[in-house]
Amino acid sequence: MLPVPAVDPVLDTDSWWWQPLAIVGLKVLVVFVIGLVGTMFMVWFERKIVAGMQNRIGPDKAGPFGLLQTLADGIKLFFKEDLIPERSDRFVFKLAPFLAFVPAFLIWSVIPLGGNFTDGHDGTVEWFGQVTRVQLADPPVGVLLVLALSSIAVYGVMLAGWSSGSKYPLLGSVRASAQMISYEAALGLSLATVLMAAGTLSTSGIVIAQDRLTDWHLLSTGVVPFVVFLIAMTAELNRPPFDLVEAEQEIVGGFHTEYSSIRFALFFLAEFMNVISMSALLVTLFLGGPQPLLIGSFDLFAVLGPFAGTAWLLLKVFLFLYVYVWFRATLPRLRYDQLMDLGWKVLIPVALGWFLLLAALQLGRDNDLSQVSYVGLVIVCLIVLGLGYLLFTAAISVARRNRDREGAAY
Amino acid sequence: MELIVFVLASAMVLSGAVGVVMFKNPVHAALGLVLTLFGVAVHFVSMEAHFLAAVQVIVYAGAIVVLFLFVIMLLGVDRAEDLTIEPLKLQRPVAAVLGAGVTVLVAGAVVRGADTLGRESVVSAPGDSNIRALARSLYSDHVLAFELTSVLLIVAVAGTVVLTRRVKKSEG
Repeated sequence: MLPVPAVDPVLDTDSWWWQPLAIVGLKVLVVFVIGLVGTMFMVWFERKIVAGMQNRIGPDKAGPFGLLQTLADGIKLFFKEDLIPERSDRFVFKLAPFLAFVPAFLIWSVIPLGGNFTDGHDGTVEWFGQVTRVQLADPPVGVLLVLALSSIAVYGVMLAGWSSGSKYPLLGSVRASAQMISYEAALGLSLATVLMAAGTLSTSGIVIAQDRLTDWHLLSTGVVPFVVFLIAMTAELNRPPFDLVEAEQEIVGGFHTEYSSIRFALFFLAEFMNVISMSALLVTLFLGGPQPLLIGSFDLFAVLGPFAGTAWLLLKVFLFLYVYVWFRATLPRLRYDQLMDLGWKVLIPVALGWFLLLAALQLGRDNDLSQVSYVGLVIVCLIVLGLGYLLFTAAISVARRNRDREGAAY
Repeated sequence: MELIVFVLASAMVLSGAVGVVMFKNPVHAALGLVLTLFGVAVHFVSMEAHFLAAVQVIVYAGAIVVLFLFVIMLLGVDRAEDLTIEPLKLQRPVAAVLGAGVTVLVAGAVVRGADTLGRESVVSAPGDSNIRALARSLYSDHVLAFELTSVLLIVAVAGTVVLTRRVKKSEG
């Protein structure tokens, strides 16, 4: 076997003593605690902000500012009766919440949580005399692992709906899986532009590639992939305005209608944890993760020393958590055909076209084209994209006219 | 260490495979298939083929089996069917003979090729060279096959759309 870089530099060491074990154990603990406490906080945060936006007070009884409300709700859920419907498939019914819950946690393991990435540092830190990264694992296929995990999360939703043995959950789960699969394509295509710009799949490599503000993939890939990713991610998370999965007016509670007690709590937890972990992924991919946003040479969190990276990451993640709550409070839910139209006819073509454009430009840069031929390349690209767009709109309008003529109703 | 991983992953693969055949409920059988695919992914990881492992999970477990489940749920074939009724009388004996034959063939191939296995490896340099090596061979030596595959997929998609669209006779 040839040596391959370990998922963590600490595992490469020859001296196996307590340090590597302690470091890995500590990281596992931190990731777990972040997951749980972050989720608790997120539930409170969402309720409080939505309350503020709707001119209400929101939770304010348990603890300061109602911070312990989620804990109280959690304890209450633990002691509720756990119902299993008679017509359910018992094994799958019990398995499904875990399939939803575990991937939500595991995404945290590949997010760089801190460390110094500025000025070409590679984000490694030294703990107990061992070199390591401030992330649980840094596999060479980092981002693909996240995609794999989110595709496992589909099983949780799907099997939960099916195994309940009742029609509303089944409808909800079919909706959910159709939506998640449709939007995964747009998500993957916008993600591919980032991977192409960074030239690596590893999450820490992506952060290293975003050294200066102009290198942040938000700017260096143009803002389009970021917007596509944000929308596709919201749909992937089944958050409003894409929460058709649990549209109360139509299908009661969607896939978790029949769940109660702690099993319902697991779904609930998974949903909120996914919001946080996908926000962290978005920040890692497009906003440089723990990279500081320098104003001149002024670093807002310089006083925190080695924790500055973590502080920056938290600040950026917060920003997106707020954006999600804001979405929920202000946007009405889409209709199902609008959802599918947006996914297939807008997001996927835009993401694909933008990806091809960036690929062509990248190729021009790699081959050291002269200024003139580079401009030529851009013009050719724009013409091709324009033609593609015209063809696409023509196809859509022809299809619509045919449908109208046939009088198809849907 | 490697042996433990191998044994565990193989146990996953085999129990999943047995489950696919033995479960009476098609959804459970599909879940058995997922278990098998995960076992194969673990094997890939233990052989340092990280990319293949990730793609295995994303494509097979994440897309194909989800599609299977979709079909099973929508067609409502999730009730255990009566397995004693045989549509084809010869089916079982022929299947047994074929299974035994394939097993013997594979075993023979492994025994004969034992010394050639492991002589060549894609893993030559550290980092994501795994992905680079794959990309290089896909887009240089095998580019024709690659493009033909994509054409095949497009034709399949377009064909499905054309076939399933019911064209109503317009009255005008």
